[in-house]
Amino acid sequence: MHHLLPLLVAVPLLGAALLVAVGHRLPRIAAEITGFVVSGATAALALVLLLNSSPPMVEWVGGWLPVGGESVGIVVVGDGPALGMAALVSLLTLAALAYSWRYFEEPPRGHRGAFTALMLAFQGAMCGFAIAGDLFNAFVFFELMSVTAYALTGYRIDDAKAVQGALTFGVVNSLGAYAMLLGIGLLYARTGELSMAKIGRGLDAAAGHGGPDALVLASFVLVLTGLLVKAAAVPFHFWLPDAHAVAPTPVCMLLSGVMVELGVYGVWRVYGTVFAGPGGIPAADLTRALVTLGTLTAATAAVMCWYQRHIKRLLAYSTVAHTGLFLVGIGVLTPEGDDGVALYIIGHAGVKAALFACAGVLLDRYGSVDEHTLHGRARELRTTAVLFAVGALGLAGLPPFGVALGKAVTEEAVGGPLTAVYVAASAITAGAVLRVTARVFLGLGPRPQDADSDLETSGAGEEPETAGLLSRIPDTMTTVPALLLAAAFAVGVGPGFGDLVARSVNEAGSGGAHASVHWTLPGVLLGLASTALAVALGGLAVTRPHWTTAPDWARPLRRLQSGHVGDYVAWLLMGATVLGALALPGVLGG
Amino acid sequence: MMHVLPYLVAAYIFLTGCYGLATSRNLIHAIGCLAVCQSSTYVLLLAVGYQDGATAPVFSDLRPGSRPVVDPVVQALTLTDIVVGATVTALLLALVLQIAKRHGTVDPDELRELRG
Repeated sequence: MHHLLPLLVAVPLLGAALLVAVGHRLPRIAAEITGFVVSGATAALALVLLLNSSPPMVEWVGGWLPVGGESVGIVVVGDGPALGMAALVSLLTLAALAYSWRYFEEPPRGHRGAFTALMLAFQGAMCGFAIAGDLFNAFVFFELMSVTAYALTGYRIDDAKAVQGALTFGVVNSLGAYAMLLGIGLLYARTGELSMAKIGRGLDAAAGHGGPDALVLASFVLVLTGLLVKAAAVPFHFWLPDAHAVAPTPVCMLLSGVMVELGVYGVWRVYGTVFAGPGGIPAADLTRALVTLGTLTAATAAVMCWYQRHIKRLLAYSTVAHTGLFLVGIGVLTPEGDDGVALYIIGHAGVKAALFACAGVLLDRYGSVDEHTLHGRARELRTTAVLFAVGALGLAGLPPFGVALGKAVTEEAVGGPLTAVYVAASAITAGAVLRVTARVFLGLGPRPQDADSDLETSGAGEEPETAGLLSRIPDTMTTVPALLLAAAFAVGVGPGFGDLVARSVNEAGSGGAHASVHWTLPGVLLGLASTALAVALGGLAVTRPHWTTAPDWARPLRRLQSGHVGDYVAWLLMGATVLGALALPGVLGG
Repeated sequence: MMHVLPYLVAAYIFLTGCYGLATSRNLIHAIGCLAVCQSSTYVLLLAVGYQDGATAPVFSDLRPGSRPVVDPVVQALTLTDIVVGATVTALLLALVLQIAKRHGTVDPDELRELRG
């Protein structure tokens, strides 16, 4: 069974190569069906492997087995979390391909199938990153998924905003990746190993009885900088709203639903395998760093989300807020926290992809994603309105959605005042989505006034992604979000699903401790509380429109999102410094 | 000191590239600065594998074990890294070209539509 692991990468990449080679000779429908089959086969393979992932599988690609404990081969690891992420990636790619069925205008002659090919390459790269067992291949797949994501973001090359957002995305993410590679180089210098597990053991052996030193700290900061750029933690997050606002909707579903979460997964994997030993970074320092950055991320992004009028940017900030919550959850380093975040990520992927899919309907129907100009215009789209509202409630953590189960388990693991961060961040971001639902789909409340237009991106006057404005919404564009929401619902109610996820996460990490996952009364009450808060906030915003005009204290925060790529690079360096300072005490103490 | 020097050089190159990126007035220059940042990784990786008095790890005219050789793994990593870098640079330059066509400028100070 473990010999099949590399196919998770090989099948989509070969499919992409095939489409690039012969796609222009195929009729369009054949190219799209090929993409569908390849992506679906990979998803099926990932699910089969996932069901057989206990005990975890290890595969040395091409039969380059270690000799006498030394290895030069490529190792891929198939444990629960790795294959779970690969399955999530594949299923979401399948959903995005279904959503974009005959979606774009006929591409220029000679490039038919290019979009499908890029999506498959993206899928293969993300699967590769999930199952990579050594750090250098993690870097290569990290770069491959970044590069395909830049290309997909700028897919509509005639759209001025799209190419600009893609460039910002490209510069910031590539810089993060190079920082990560510097860190990997330092780790190799210390241990002479590239496989994550062996680097971890090497660091412990090199440290002896002493603790970590400056080199370990430097490599930790550099590797985490790369991963946190991908995870869009504040202050590494500036690229994300720009990229998500301009990327084609099916791509947004993947970027927000799973690519950003792979950054969080990378942090979890690298800390647990490489830096968790006595020669690595002490647990207290990791907790301090991740909880601080995570809380900051959730708070900043919730505020930014609330004052957006560009619907796709609003959803993008909600993703940033939620990754902040994920980082806090893995930062407390408890088995329950890991289980909760895993469920939270699965539920969030379904809900967020569905919300983006509905935003795409607005874009293609009206040529706008601006909350102000769309006020009351989408009354006719009843199905989409229901889906958008259900998505918003799912995002708030209404039991029994999967998001609510994951959030409840995580809240219990973090405990104390951090619970308030979870309730507040999810309520504010979901409240903003409910406000959009009420204004755009129901036409409630007075028409909002435009203010301080120098500080915002409106989202009006966008080009639709389909060939011309849609007069009627194709079935695929409502079925896909409905299925995604149903899946997010099933994650919460499926009997034993939570325990299954918990078991496979705990088997791979968390020091072998097992935690059981189930609905608890406080969890349900907290979920209901954040939903009620979200509804209240949404209602207040609709009836009192000045609540959504940024007050003076929020203006400097919005001004930071300056749209200037140089500023974002400066923030990245600043973030790396802060990360180093947060992790420093343990190294000094050791 | 000689053993620390390459690492200091790598850090210097990386930070120089970042400074250039942060203050750039032209996107083509910015992509160049990104490539400068990346070349710091080449220096670092090759420095990691370096040994005094060692030769290239090519065994066509060398009996294995007769002489110390520098670490071939980091050289393979550097080659892969160069390939990755070429891809990234090419794609980003293509995007800059498209930005120049659509916006009529490549000055990041004038490209500030996406904000707030």
